[in-house]
Amino acid sequence: MQVPAPFTYERAGSVDEALSLLGRYGPEARLVAGGHSLIPMMKLRLARPEALIDINGLAELDYIRVDGDHLAIGALTRHASVLDSPVLREHYRIFAEAERVIADPLVRNRGTVGGSLCQADPSEDLSAVFAALRGEVVVRSASGTRRVALREFHVGPYETAVGDGEILVEVRVPIRTSVGSAYEKVERRAGDWSIAAVGAFVVLDGDVISDVGIGITAVGAEHFTCQAAEELLLGSSVQDALVETAAATCAAACNPSVDQRGPEDYKRHLVSVLASRALHRSISAARGEVA
Amino acid sequence: MMKVQIEVNGKETSAEVDDRLLLVHYLRNTLGLTGTHWGCDTSNCGACAVWLDGIPVKSCTTLAAMADGASVRTVEGLEGDALDPVQQGFIEEHGLQCGFCTPGMMMTARALLDQVPDPDEATIREAISGNLCRCTGYENIVRAIRWAARHEAAAREQQSAHEPQGAAL
Ligand SMILES: Cc1cc2nc3c(=O)[nH]c(=O)nc-3n(C[C@H](O)[C@H](O)[C@H](O)COP(=O)(O)OP(=O)(O)OC[C@H]3O[C@@H](n4cnc5c(N)ncnc54)[C@H](O)[C@@H]3O)c2cc1C
Ligand code: FES
Ligand code: FES
Repeated sequence: MQVPAPFTYERAGSVDEALSLLGRYGPEARLVAGGHSLIPMMKLRLARPEALIDINGLAELDYIRVDGDHLAIGALTRHASVLDSPVLREHYRIFAEAERVIADPLVRNRGTVGGSLCQADPSEDLSAVFAALRGEVVVRSASGTRRVALREFHVGPYETAVGDGEILVEVRVPIRTSVGSAYEKVERRAGDWSIAAVGAFVVLDGDVISDVGIGITAVGAEHFTCQAAEELLLGSSVQDALVETAAATCAAACNPSVDQRGPEDYKRHLVSVLASRALHRSISAARGEVA
Repeated sequence: MMKVQIEVNGKETSAEVDDRLLLVHYLRNTLGLTGTHWGCDTSNCGACAVWLDGIPVKSCTTLAAMADGASVRTVEGLEGDALDPVQQGFIEEHGLQCGFCTPGMMMTARALLDQVPDPDEATIREAISGNLCRCTGYENIVRAIRWAARHEAAAREQQSAHEPQGAAL
């Protein structure tokens, strides 16, 4: 039987209260949202916080809304809500396409956007989605609020820019027009983590790619993206050969580890195939063709 | 230690528990409701699925403390005056062999049918994709859930036929 090491449980009723509890317990305290990453780690004693601050009651952080020219997603929004959101589907299909293959419906009922990003698992899917879309996160502490670009958010595996005494409160994504987006993931079985996954968005101005983003997870891509491939595509007119070169650039730039999910050359091959598909489908969607 | 108060299957329950007690162990050990099964212990198999405020979750990955003040429904709470149609469906279509996955399957299935009364096979398979069965190969589980959907639809029809006719008719 796996049981977490002892800790003190506290429940926060507001962001301010969560911040003051973090201040009171210091660096040995951890927030718990869905708990679907943290509790398994505590059961394995890979994490042993002295205090657990439950933020599931913070309804103020559970929302998806349009905020000016951005989409704003509260940190406590569950995976299931992201999957079902009409607002997100209207702007970016990448959200529903990624969520459909994140874990399983029961895990998606509990796991949250904020918990996913803060867990910073190197195979985490939403990190690739938000990296592709060039999102930014809003982080609050007792001394104020700051914003961090998603592409600067990950400091290392399981490490983020969120410090002790801080809470991620919101993720923001710019709204774009004439845009198409897509997510492509290969997993060993239903509900499993990616062997590799690539997400993309493309904005077309006529036939010219006027904006593009690529997100890559599970294969050691720096900042969950490939800037070289984006630069290759940006400002060019759509050509199949160029998309293939960009996809090959993603495959060459990532840094997959050899593990039970497969050897390195296989993973690189997957990245190139998935990048090509994600880009092609994004382009079709930006043209208004139904995929 | 802390005191939790959790409504389980419509009844208030309360106990002094360790802060680290998992909900699955609160249900099975503290309350003796062993219908909820405890399987992989790694958030994968769904044998421990129960409803937390109406939403199916894995109770091996939820603290009893997190359920304080909430309502929980377990497989023991499915049966009303008669067996729930989902339970009856598992009997009619042989939806179980060893039965280990069954409580979690049925809680997930009940939640699905409350949301989507007439799910097709793909929708059912997606809904139960967080519930693993090592015995049946899922075929009969899908049939069992379809059985429940059909019988609930028939029951609804019968009921509306007996209702007084409205102005539109
Ligand atoms: C069986 C299984 C399969 C899975 N498959 C996938 C998959 O395919 N793809 C995928 O991407 N993920 C997958 N996951 C991970 C799942 O999505 C996690 O639940 C989720 O990533 C973490 O969210 P959470 O709310 O449960 O976080 P928690 O476990 O509550 O927290 C995780 C970490 O984030 C911190 N934290 C939480 N919220 C905040 C906040 N607002 N501010 C600051 N810090 C915070 C916590 O202190 C903790 O360190 C899987 C999980 C399971 C159990
Ligand atoms: S025992 Fe909870 S998911 Fe397996
Ligand atoms: S009936 Fe044995 S695990 Fe499903």
